[in-house]
Formats: sequence, C-alpha cells, structure tokens
Amino acid sequence: MGEAWKRFRRDRLALGAFAAVLLLTTVALAAPWLAPYDPAQQFFDGLTLEGAPLPPSARFWLGTDLLGRDLLSRLIYGARTSLMIGVAANSAAVALGALVGVIAGYLQGPVGFVLMRFTDLMIAFPALLLAIALAAIFAPSLWIVALVIALVNWVQVARIIYTETTGLAARDYIEATRALGAAWPRIVFRHILPHLAPTLLVWGTLGIATTVLLEATLSFLGIGVRPPTPSWGGIIYESQSYFLTAPWLVFFPGAAILLLALSFNLVGDALRDAFDPTGRGRGG
Amino acid sequence: MIAYLARRFLASALILIGVTMVTFALAFLMPADPVRQIAGRNATPETVESIRHQLGLDRPVPEQYATYLGHLAEGDLGHSYIQKTDVGQLIMSRLPATLLLMLGAIFFELAIGIPLGILAAARRGKADRAIMILAFAGVSTPQFVVGLVLLYLLAYLAGWFPMSGYGSLGHLILPALTLGIGGGGWYARILRSSLVEVLRQDYIRTARAKGLTERAVVIVHALRNALLPVVAMVGLDIGTFMGGAVVVESVYGWPGIGQLAWQAIQRLDIPIIMGVTLVAAIAIVIGNLIADLVTPLIDPRIRLR
Repeated sequence: MGEAWKRFRRDRLALGAFAAVLLLTTVALAAPWLAPYDPAQQFFDGLTLEGAPLPPSARFWLGTDLLGRDLLSRLIYGARTSLMIGVAANSAAVALGALVGVIAGYLQGPVGFVLMRFTDLMIAFPALLLAIALAAIFAPSLWIVALVIALVNWVQVARIIYTETTGLAARDYIEATRALGAAWPRIVFRHILPHLAPTLLVWGTLGIATTVLLEATLSFLGIGVRPPTPSWGGIIYESQSYFLTAPWLVFFPGAAILLLALSFNLVGDALRDAFDPTGRGRGG
Repeated sequence: MIAYLARRFLASALILIGVTMVTFALAFLMPADPVRQIAGRNATPETVESIRHQLGLDRPVPEQYATYLGHLAEGDLGHSYIQKTDVGQLIMSRLPATLLLMLGAIFFELAIGIPLGILAAARRGKADRAIMILAFAGVSTPQFVVGLVLLYLLAYLAGWFPMSGYGSLGHLILPALTLGIGGGGWYARILRSSLVEVLRQDYIRTARAKGLTERAVVIVHALRNALLPVVAMVGLDIGTFMGGAVVVESVYGWPGIGQLAWQAIQRLDIPIIMGVTLVAAIAIVIGNLIADLVTPLIDPRIRLR
C-alpha cells in the first residue's frame, strides 16, 4: 500500500486528475456557497425579448437556459447529482460484485456454478438497453437511478474478484486457516477480502466514471433524475431542441461530464499501475 | 477441440435459455397491462376477460412460458399490440440500418484506434502519454455529447453533412464517427498494451538485431501478434451494436433497432421490448462465441481448452 502510494505520487498526470476529482467534490459539497444564484430561480432578465436563452455574459457567466435560469449555478448543483449517484451506485455495484465474486470463487461447487452462470447471463444482456428499460419501468428518482445503474454494473467486478479469489483460495495460508477450523464466512471476509482491497479500490474509482456516464445518458433520454433537480445530462436533454441557437447549453454540461469521467478514469488507471507496477494486469 | 466446441455451444445455449427467462419476466415487471392496451379504456369487463383468454394470459405462468418458448422455437417473436405488427418483421425492417451503422462504427473504431495504439506503443514517452489521455477522453465523453458537438460543428456550421436521417453515405458518417470515437479510445488502449507486451519478446529483439527499421519491426513483426485482442473486441462489438445504438440513433434520427427499442420502451410496447432484448442478447452471445473461436485461428499458440 505504501509503495503503491509512492508510485502514484510520482505520476504527475494522476495527481492532476486527483486534484480535479477533489475540486469537483469540493464544488459539489460547497454548492450553496459557490453558486452565484439559486439554480431554480427563473430570471426575468435571463431571457431575450423573444424568450431565447442568453449567451455567457458578465451577469450570467455561462449564460442562461430555456427558462432563464443561471447555467453556472445549475452546473454547480448538477455536480452534486452526478457525484452522489456516481458514488452511491458504484459503491453498491462494487459491493454486490465483490460479494458474488468472492463467495463463488471460494465456495466453487454448485453455489459458485450458479452464481457465475448468472453473471454470464447478465453479461449477455445489452447493459444500456436493460438500464433504459428498468429506468422507464420504475418512476425515476435519484435513488432508483442509482439502483438501476448498480444492477447493471456489478457484473464486471464479480468476474474479476472471482478470478482473484480462486487464486487466493489455493494459497497455503488459507488451507492452514481452514485446517484450524475456521468457518467459510470468516475465511472469506477476514482472510481473503482484505487482499482484494487494491482491486476494489481500482474498480471503486474506474467504475465511478462509467456510472457518471450512464447517469448522464439516462438523464439525456429523459428517464434519469427528475427535472427540478439539476443534472448535467438532464440540462442537455432539456435544451436539445434549442442547441443550434444556444450551443453553450450543450457544450458546458458536456465538458463537465467529460472532466468528471476523465478524472476518475485517469486516477483509477494510475491506481491500477501503482498497485501492479509490472503491468501484468494492464489493458482493458 | 470437438469437446471444447461442444462445451462452448452448450454453455451458450444455457445462457440463451436464461435470457428467455429474463425477457419473459420483463413482461411481468412492466407497469402496463397488454389486455388494457388492446381493449382500450372503456372496454367492458367481459371484453377484457375474453381478450385475456385469447392471449392465453389467464393460464398458469409456467404454461405461458412454455408457449413463449414454443413460439420462439418457430422463429415467432410475438406480436405488437400497439403497432399491430409482427415483432420479427419490425426487427427485420430495422436490420439494414443497424448493420450499416455497425459496419461504419467498426470502421471508424479501427481507423482511429489502430494508428493511435501503434503510435503510442512505438513512441512511448510524451507521445504515448498524450495519445492515452486522448483515448481516455474519447472513452469519457458521453455519446450524446460527441454526437451533438459533431452535429453542431460539421453539419450545422460547416454544412458538410445532413443533420439527420438515413439514406446516403453522408447520413452514415456522423453517427458512425460518434460511435467510433468512443470505441476507438478502447481499441487504442487495448492495442497499445498488447503491442507493448509483444515488443518485449525475444523474436522482436532478433528482428531488431537483423537491422530492420523500427517501422518494419512494429508493423510487420509485432502488429500481427498484437492484433489478437483487437479482433476479439470486434467480435464483442458486433454483438453490442446489433442491439442498436439507442443514444446515437436518437440524436441522429437513425432508423435502426435502437430507435425501435427506445420508442417501444416509451410506449411500454412489451412484445417489442422483449423481442429486441432477446435479439440483442443472442447477438452478444454469438459475438462472444465468434471472438473465442477466431482467436486460435490467428494465433496457433492459443489452444482451445
């Protein structure tokens, strides 16, 4: 762990990305103090006389949206939505995937067989289509969207953890623990899971990028987070019909999504390299 | 080899049966009653009951599932109550557009990913870094953002391409490029790491010692062996794209399977949703199978177990 941190610290690109993650998190947490205006307030002078949104100006730094609301304030509050769903959905996905993978990998036998065939089945489903269908079925709210994303995204983690667990389970120290009479839940949670921490950390980071993108996509299709709550994908969905005359309504939220997803991807990738300096696990 | 094939096919068949169970269950999850969708709001209870009976929805669930499987075995994907059309025919009518978009997308993925991957692996250092950031950026931008930005710059401002629709090569380029930019990022990363691995091997050192130029070493000797994961990835992509590209098709008004699925989901047209999901899942399973079967043809060192 200490070695890995040293390697991570030497990677300037990773540090930059990590700084971006911290910055975006701060923005999300401090939204009420940072946002110049109330994100829901519709300004009388926020629209042109014809009722069109305003381009960036000194009063509205990033311009206004279709209802005359300040885009910058909506983006700042939108960071909350993205990060909240990103972290919650991905934590749930990683926890579920780790649980399935570690139990299947350690127990093998019929339980392992059934669990892993189930992940095979999940992989065969078109993830986005499934997420869209599920999101459309359940009336979407912040937490339903997070749940849908978690249900679609846990599979990859389960596969990786399964492979690593089968490797660990064959080690002598596990054999020794079993000989001492430890029950399987104890072996799995006390002796195997801690060794998987690096993998879980890497996926806990990379997965947030995937989750944020999926949330943005669902919101863009109009089946993500419900309208009064500002969400980056949702802002683009609302302004789609206007975007040729008001392209900033697509460019700025789009750049925000890119920045967030790219930062988490770069940090996750650097973590993977830091834990695995020989590059054995690289690729993918 | 034969045993491997048999096992591989059996596993795929098992997965497909599981897939039919999930699509069947999907119908029960939907908050819509197909009987009401047919009968309309003002139907009498008697009409509702008789339609329910006609559709076989009053029978026990296992029996309904068996009927569903029986129809599928005959190639019957069901009937849309809302569009009053055969689901199989609807999907077939969308197939040409989907296949075209798939070919275009894979073309751009390879055209973007392979040169970038080679460049990154051969140059290392700064160029490598820059390319990898670029590849990550491609992967980290949502398709709808790439799509709308391309639409604004190349179709609206420059006027080089039509805004939306289907019918000519010009219509294909922007949606295919949108898919290619994201996928190309993955291809570049995969090819780079595979090439870096291959370039460490002894036969490459021999090739260099013979005095070959670096270009010849990389392109002639290393690339062939490094392309393996890329080929596998194409197999997977064929499966994924067959299910339709919901987002890109929605941005560009492309009449593929993704648009069909999206419209069906919005109207809760259950038979179409079930049909498209099933077809997409079958395509993914077959794509996986192709990827697994093709690898030993390219690299004889990989033996099928």
